[in-house]
Amino acid sequence: MKYLKNFHKYRYLLYEIVRKNIKLQYRNSVLGVFWTFLQPLMTTIVLVVVFGGIFGADRNYTTCYPIYLLSGRLVYEFFTQSTKRAMRSIGLSASVIKKVYVPKYIYPLSNIIANFITFVISLLVLVFFIIYFYFFTNTQPVISGYAFLTPIPILILLLLSIGVGMILSTLAVFFKDIEYLYEVFSMLLFYATPIFYHVDQLKLPAAVSFCLKLNPLYSITEMFRCSVLYGRMFSINHLLYSLGFSLVTLLIGFFVFYKKQDKFILHI
Amino acid sequence: MGKPAIIVDNVSILFNMNKEKVDNLKEYFIKLVTRKLHYNEFWALKDVSFTVEKGERVGVLGFNGAGKSTLLKTIAGVLKPTKGSVTSYGVIAPMLELGAGFDMNYSGRENIFLYGATMGYSRKFIQSKYDEIVEFAELGEFIDSPVKNYSSGMRARLGFAIATAVEPEILILDEVLSVGDAKFRMKSEAKIRSMFDKGITVLFVSHNTNQVLNICNKAIILDRGRIIAQGDAAEVCKKYNEMINSKK
Repeated sequence: MKYLKNFHKYRYLLYEIVRKNIKLQYRNSVLGVFWTFLQPLMTTIVLVVVFGGIFGADRNYTTCYPIYLLSGRLVYEFFTQSTKRAMRSIGLSASVIKKVYVPKYIYPLSNIIANFITFVISLLVLVFFIIYFYFFTNTQPVISGYAFLTPIPILILLLLSIGVGMILSTLAVFFKDIEYLYEVFSMLLFYATPIFYHVDQLKLPAAVSFCLKLNPLYSITEMFRCSVLYGRMFSINHLLYSLGFSLVTLLIGFFVFYKKQDKFILHI
Repeated sequence: MGKPAIIVDNVSILFNMNKEKVDNLKEYFIKLVTRKLHYNEFWALKDVSFTVEKGERVGVLGFNGAGKSTLLKTIAGVLKPTKGSVTSYGVIAPMLELGAGFDMNYSGRENIFLYGATMGYSRKFIQSKYDEIVEFAELGEFIDSPVKNYSSGMRARLGFAIATAVEPEILILDEVLSVGDAKFRMKSEAKIRSMFDKGITVLFVSHNTNQVLNICNKAIILDRGRIIAQGDAAEVCKKYNEMINSKK
């Protein structure tokens, strides 16, 4: 009850910081907000050029390779960017936290929400891709009513990012090394998540395939692709696994953050 | 007896001072395994108790390192006491360092709303105070430039203008009146004095007994984390001056 009241009081701060992060992200750049679209568009083109020949040839696996790639990359990019920004948020707000009382979870949370808003805007690129490939090429994505289920994997992704973001932001206060370690981990995650390849396509040993599928981002991207690319119902196992994983992470995140937040000020 | 505004009850604060700063995993594990994680215990505040009544203006005097800022940070809620408790009634506007909540890339106008939100005020409420803030801060056309281009005096003026415009019930001032030029100092002192009539409670940290006498009606002296004197501002200031002279 006390926490809800406190949150209610500081909801303006959450709003202001989200607003600030979005406004400042593209300030002083010539193309401004268009980078939200251009960046995923251009990186996808690069990846299609690099991997298209190897992984994109067999349509049985990927249906429409550019959309397959873009959808995976959007999920991955949101997850890593938002968790990275959450991780650094406490340190970057040190000057405020040291001087004024504010609920500290506002900082990681607002960074993730700001990233989430730009992520949702960048989904327009995906819509553009789907329309283009549906009407102008013969590698058509399947459009069906299951597209209305798209918010489900997206919301699970948001929960997961908040959970991981809270854990990382707590750790980063005490151990700066986490920032560098996480860079390496993000790179590993890029290859471990089926972004530019399909797991079944690789003909990996069963044990390795199984390990890749333990990655919650795998379940989330698969569900996401079922809605926007394959046009079919996603598997309930993916839903249960990714939702369960995200909720547990979220609980751990809030617990760790709550336990340690009073010590932040002594370390930043 | 008036209503209490701040009750500081037996507050002690312990800092673990690492002999060396351990901030990476490798060092931490090496030291943990070899049992070399030594801490120097340091009580920044020890059994500090006092009550500030509503409408009182309390000056906090003390030498460097006496625990003044630690005490104010505890009251502001930034630090949690190791022992004891702090209870406060009413909205606190901490002015521990003017402009601490500013974002350097943000313009003055945008920072007004951000700073207001940091203190828990809505955009609408700040909007209603907006003209007053800009006028008091004397920023004029610079209000739309990024704060990173402001001089320190301009930043301080803006911070002060926001913190006082929201009409807080408790104002915490940590040597903020020593920034800015003489003209602004007089203006801000006048502003604070005008708030006395509305029954604002003030906690004021300073080294300058004249300023304390000017603003406060009560005062306390902190020395190495303990209160060694409290009471009427004039008496306590006299005692503080004696302390300074005896140290010389």
